[in-house]
Amino acid sequence: MISRIYVIPKIKDSRERLFLKSWNSLNIQGKVKNIAIFDSYLIDSNLSNDQILQSAKMLTNPIIEKFSINEILKEAKKFNYILEIGFLPGVTDNVGNTARETIVDLLHLKKEVNLKVYTSKVFIISGTVKLKDIKEIASSLYNPLIERAYIADAKEIKKIRGLPLKAPEVILEKRTPVIIVSLRVPEEELIKIGREGILDANGERRGPLALDLASMKVIQKYFEKLGRDPRDIELESLAQTWSEHCKHTIFANPIDDIKDGLYKTYIKGATNEIRKLKGRNDFCVSVFSDNSGGIIFDDDFLITHKVETHNSPSALDPFGGAITGIVGVNRDTIGFGLGAKPIANVYGFCFGYPEDTRALYRDKEKTRKMLPPKRIMDGVIKGVNVGGNCSGIPTVSGFVKYDDRFKGKPLVFVGTVGLIPRKINGKLSHEKKAEAGDYVVVIGGRVGADGIHGATFSSVTMDSKSPATAVQIGDPITQKKLSDAIVKEARSMNLYNSITDNGAGGISCSVAEMAKECGGVFVDLEKVPLKYPGLSPWQIWISESQERMTLSVPKKKWDVFKRLMESRGVEATVIGEFTNSEKCLVKWEGKTIVDIDLEFLHNGLPKRPLESKSVIKTFSEPKIIKGSRTKILEELLADKNINSFSFISEQYDHEVQASSVLKPLSGPGRINTDAQVFRPVFSSKKGVILSAGLYPSYGDINTYHMAACALDTAIRNIIASGGTLSRLTILDNFCWCSSYDKGRLYELIEAVKACYKYSIGYRTPLISGKDSMFNDFKGYDEKGSPVAVSIPPTVLISAIGVVPDIKKIVSPEFKNAGDSIYLLGETFDELGASEYYKLLAGKNKNNSIGNNVPEVDLERNLKTYWALEEVIQKELIASSVSLISGGLAIGLAKASIGGMLGCKISLSDIPGKISGTDAALFSESQGRILVSVSPKHISGFEKIMKNISYEKIGQVSKNNKFIITDEKDKKIVDTNVKKLYDIYHNFSNTMQ
Amino acid sequence: MKKIKLKFKKPKVIILSGYGLNCEEETKFAFESAGGVADIVHINDLIAQPGILSEYQILAFPGGFSYGDDTGSGKAYANKFKNHLSKELKEFLSRDTLMIGICNGFQILTSLGILPGALTYNKNGKYIDRWVDLKAEGNLPRRVKAGSPWFPGIKNISLPIAHGEGRYVIDDKEYKELKKKKQIAFTYSKGEICKYQNLEKNPNGAMHDIAGVLGYNGRVLGMMPHPERAIFYHHSPLWQIQKSKGALEKEGKGILLFKNAINYFIKLR
Repeated sequence: MISRIYVIPKIKDSRERLFLKSWNSLNIQGKVKNIAIFDSYLIDSNLSNDQILQSAKMLTNPIIEKFSINEILKEAKKFNYILEIGFLPGVTDNVGNTARETIVDLLHLKKEVNLKVYTSKVFIISGTVKLKDIKEIASSLYNPLIERAYIADAKEIKKIRGLPLKAPEVILEKRTPVIIVSLRVPEEELIKIGREGILDANGERRGPLALDLASMKVIQKYFEKLGRDPRDIELESLAQTWSEHCKHTIFANPIDDIKDGLYKTYIKGATNEIRKLKGRNDFCVSVFSDNSGGIIFDDDFLITHKVETHNSPSALDPFGGAITGIVGVNRDTIGFGLGAKPIANVYGFCFGYPEDTRALYRDKEKTRKMLPPKRIMDGVIKGVNVGGNCSGIPTVSGFVKYDDRFKGKPLVFVGTVGLIPRKINGKLSHEKKAEAGDYVVVIGGRVGADGIHGATFSSVTMDSKSPATAVQIGDPITQKKLSDAIVKEARSMNLYNSITDNGAGGISCSVAEMAKECGGVFVDLEKVPLKYPGLSPWQIWISESQERMTLSVPKKKWDVFKRLMESRGVEATVIGEFTNSEKCLVKWEGKTIVDIDLEFLHNGLPKRPLESKSVIKTFSEPKIIKGSRTKILEELLADKNINSFSFISEQYDHEVQASSVLKPLSGPGRINTDAQVFRPVFSSKKGVILSAGLYPSYGDINTYHMAACALDTAIRNIIASGGTLSRLTILDNFCWCSSYDKGRLYELIEAVKACYKYSIGYRTPLISGKDSMFNDFKGYDEKGSPVAVSIPPTVLISAIGVVPDIKKIVSPEFKNAGDSIYLLGETFDELGASEYYKLLAGKNKNNSIGNNVPEVDLERNLKTYWALEEVIQKELIASSVSLISGGLAIGLAKASIGGMLGCKISLSDIPGKISGTDAALFSESQGRILVSVSPKHISGFEKIMKNISYEKIGQVSKNNKFIITDEKDKKIVDTNVKKLYDIYHNFSNTMQ
Repeated sequence: MKKIKLKFKKPKVIILSGYGLNCEEETKFAFESAGGVADIVHINDLIAQPGILSEYQILAFPGGFSYGDDTGSGKAYANKFKNHLSKELKEFLSRDTLMIGICNGFQILTSLGILPGALTYNKNGKYIDRWVDLKAEGNLPRRVKAGSPWFPGIKNISLPIAHGEGRYVIDDKEYKELKKKKQIAFTYSKGEICKYQNLEKNPNGAMHDIAGVLGYNGRVLGMMPHPERAIFYHHSPLWQIQKSKGALEKEGKGILLFKNAINYFIKLR
C-alpha cells in the first residue's frame, strides 16, 4: 500500500523568503503572492493505518509542525498551482533513508522489511502566475539529471483529489550481464569504441572510454595474445585505470626532450632535491605515494594535506558535484596511511560572472541547456556548505575568483587536512600493506548507477556526449559514521592491514591499486551490496557511488571488524580476497568475467610522446584614465575578484573541533584573511597555517610567471601571518585546457618549470598534487551557432606549514591609531594582467591588459621573508598583510577596513623602480608586505629591517579618513573607511 | 593508590556520540579541563547496556549534525533515544544530576520533550557561524532560591554559534510559564562582540531573543551557542586586538560553564 505523510509548518517558514527572493529574480516579480512548503514522505509498505499514524507523529514536531495523511487539499487552502520536486528513481534520497530507519526503529520492524520511503518538497503556490511561470520556477529549483518536477493546477489536483500516489521505483531493463566486444574490427570502429564507448545491445554507445587508438591497439594485441576477445567489463576496467584522471598521462608521458615526463622530472624531482638539501631537517614523511601528502607536525603526530578538483561534475550538477568533491577529498584523508582524521577543509572556486545570463547549450537543437554561472555558483557554495558542516570538519580556508571563461566549466578546488599519530600500536602509521589471504572488504554506501564513467568523463571535453550518470550524490552522514568507526575505533584496534578510498573508477581502481601491495586479487562481484537490483557487472565494477572505502582485513579479524561496523551503523561486506596470483580476477555467478594480468593493467598503457610548440603573446597597453584615483580604488574594491566573500565564510562552520586561531574573517571590519591558522592538538601550542595563491589572468601573458607568482603569494601569505619557511610545504593543482594542443603544452611546461625553480629556491617541498587537464566546453550559443569556451590555464599553489607558537600569529587589520605603516619589498611597473589593467581593459572594451606581468625575485624575497619572520617572532609588529591582487592601494584598503581605522599615506619614496603613481598604487609586484608597528617597537623593527628594502609610508589615524598623497604631496586618494567598508561587503550583503 | 582515590572523586560525565554528532571530543576536553572525567559513549553502546547511565552525574548531548538534520534537526536522534532509553532517562533525571545539550544537543533535548519550545530554520534561512553576546538570565539574584547550578559567576558571556536551525520558538502561554519559573538560561544581547564587529544581536530571529533554556530546577541546560569552542584565549575574535593592547586573556570564558557543572558535585561532598 502507498500512502503519503505531509509535514506542514505551523509557523512562519523562513525558507519561503529565500525561495521568493530567488524566484523574483526570474522576472516574475510580484506574480507569486504566497508559497507554502510541505515535506512529503511517500511510503510504500504494508504498514497498518495505525502504524502510518505513529510514523507521521514521529516525523512531526508538534510545536512548529502538523501532519496530514494523504489529504493535501484541505491543508493547502486556496492555491493556484502545486509544484512537487522529488528525486529521480534510484537517486540517493538521504532524508528518505533516515525516515525509513526511524520508522523501522520505532515500530521495531526487521531491518530488511519491505518498506520504501520517497521524500519530496511540495510547493503550494498562489498568485497571478501562469503555467509558464511555474515551469520557469521549476527549472530554477530542480536539476533534471537527478530530480523530477510535477506540476498541476488547482483544478487538476481537485480532480485527482491530491497528489498522485505513485512510487518512483527504478526499473532497469534486463540486459545480458556480460557482452563480448570484438576488437577484430576496422580502425574506425576501434576509435569509436575508445571515444564514444562500447556499443550496447540496444544500439547505443555506453559513454566515453577515453582510450586513444594507440591504447586500443595495445589492448587489441593483448587479447589477441590471449586468443580471445575482451569482455565489456575488462575494457571498462582498463579504461578506468588508464584514464587521464587516474594515470595523469599528460604529466607522465615524455614531452619534447624531457624523457621522464614533467611529473617525475620537475614535481617529484623538486621535492627529492629539497629533501636532500634539507638533510636532517627534512620533515616530509609520505609524499606522492598515498592518497594525501604527509609531513611531521611534532614528535607524536603527522599532518596530511590533499587538494582535489571536481570541475566536470560541478558543471552538470553544482550541488552534487561540490558535495561529492569535498566528502571525496575527506576520504583521501581517511585513506592516508592507516587512516588520518580530517581536521580542516579548504575550498577554492573559479566561476563565471553570476550576472552573466547568456545561455550555452550542449546540443545544436538547444534542448540541453548548460546551467548559468549564478546557478553553478549557488549550487557549488551550498554543496561545500552541506558537505563540510555535516561532517563536523571546520572549513577554515578558501578563495573565490571570477572570469568569463569559467562559465563553460567552473573550477571547484576542495581540500582536506588530516591528523594521525606517527605510530599506531608500535607501527608507523603511514605504512600499510594488503596481505595475500586478507579479505577484500568494502564499507559504507551501496552501489547504484550513479557516478558511472566519472573518471573517463573528466578526461575529455564536455559536450553533448557527456553522460548524465557521471553525476554522484553525496551523503555526508553515511561517511561521517564510516570515518568515526575507522579513525576513532577500528584503527587503534588494529583490525585491518590496508585501506584506500573508492573514488574515480570505483572498486575497479581501489581494488586494483591495493592488489599491487600483495600482487593479486580475486573478487566475487555479486557480493557487492547494491542500492537496487538490475545493474550489469561492468556498472557495479566502475560505479563511483559515494561514501565507500576498501580495506584488506585479515580473516581472523573479520568477525570483530564486522561487529564493530554493525554497531556503528556502517555496512561492511566481504567481496573477495587478496592473492599473489599476479592477476586481477573477477567472477560473476561463478563465471570468470575479468582475467587480466596486474602488470598489463597497471603498466600496459603505451607511452605517448608529447610535443610542444612555443607561443609568445603580446597585448596592447590600456588607455590610462586621468584624474583622481579615489574612484578607481573604489571600483577595484567593488570588483568581485577583490570584494569580500564573507557570505561564504559565515555559512561555513570554521570553529567546530574548537581549533580556531586565525579565522577566515578578521577584525571589526571582518575582512577575508589570506592565511588561516588552527590548533589541531589541544595539548600543544603548535598550529597549522594554510594559504593559497593563484593568478589565472597572468597566464594570458606568461604561464611561467603566473606559476611563480602563485607560489610566491602562497608562501608570502603564510610568512606575513606568522608562519616559517623552514616548516612550510606546498601542493600543486594544474587546471589546464585542450591539453593536446602544442601551444597549451608549451605553456604547461613553462608553468611546471617555474614550480621547480621556486619551490627549490624557497626549500618548500611539493607534497601532493593533482591535475585536471581538459577544462573545455564545446557547445552552442543562444543562436545555435557553435561555441567553445576554455578556462584560462590555472595553477593553484596551496601552502601548509607548522607554526611553532600560535601566540605569535599576526592578523592583517590595523590595530591602533598612531602605529606607523611600513611597506616591505620593492615595487616595479608590473601591471600586466593586474586587476587594475583588467578594469581598464573592460572600460576600453578590448583586451588591452598590457604585458609587464609580475616576476619573482627569489633572493630579494627570501631576505624580506626572513626579516619578517624575525620581527613577528619578536612580536614587534601589530598587523601584517601580504600585497596581492590590486596591489598596495587594495592592501591598505583591506588593512583599514579590517581595523575600521583610517590612514594617511605618502607615496613619495616607494622602494623599487616605478614610472608613476598608478604603479605605486596598483602594481602587483610580488614579495611585498604591508605592516603596522606601534611606536614603542619602531627602533627594534627598523634594526632588523636595515638590510632589506623597506619604507615607512604613513600612519594609522584615529579618524576614519583614508588618504593617499603622491610624490608631490598631492592628494590622489581621498575617501573614508566607512564608505570603503560598505563597498567591500556590498556583494556579500546582496547574497544574504 | 592515592591517585585512584583522587580519580574516583572526580564527577563522571557521559558524552553521547554517533550518527553525525561531532562535538564530542572538544566537549570531553572542556569537561576534563574543568576537573571531571568524561567518557564518549556511542548511543548504540548505551542501548546495548543502558545500565551504565546510572554511573554518571552529568549527561551531555554535544553539538553536531545527527542524521544530517534529515526529517528535522535533532528529531531522528531523539526518536532513537526515546524508542530505547526512556526508562533510563527518567531514572537519570530523577537523581540529582546535570544535563546539557549544546546546539544539535539542544535540538535533541527539545525533541525529547525534556525542555520546552522548539528550534527551527534561522530567520534568513541560512547556516551561520559567528560570535554572539549573551545575557545570563539563568544567573538569578541570591534572594531567588534554586538558582541553576550552571550559572554561578556568569553574568554576560560571548560565545560562537554555528547552526542552520537555531531560531527558538515557543507559544505565549509556555513563554509566560518559562519566565515565571525562571527557565530562560541565555538571551542574545548587544555586548562587546556586537559592538566590535557591528553585528545584530539576535542573528537567527529567536523569539524573545532566547538562546538557551533551563529545565528540572535549572539542572538541565539547553543552548544554541558553543561554550566548548570558547575555552582558549585564541578562540575569541577579540584576541588579536587584546594582544596588541597587552591584555590577552588567560582562557576563554566558556570554560566557566563546565567548571560550574563539575564544582556542583565537588561542593556536594
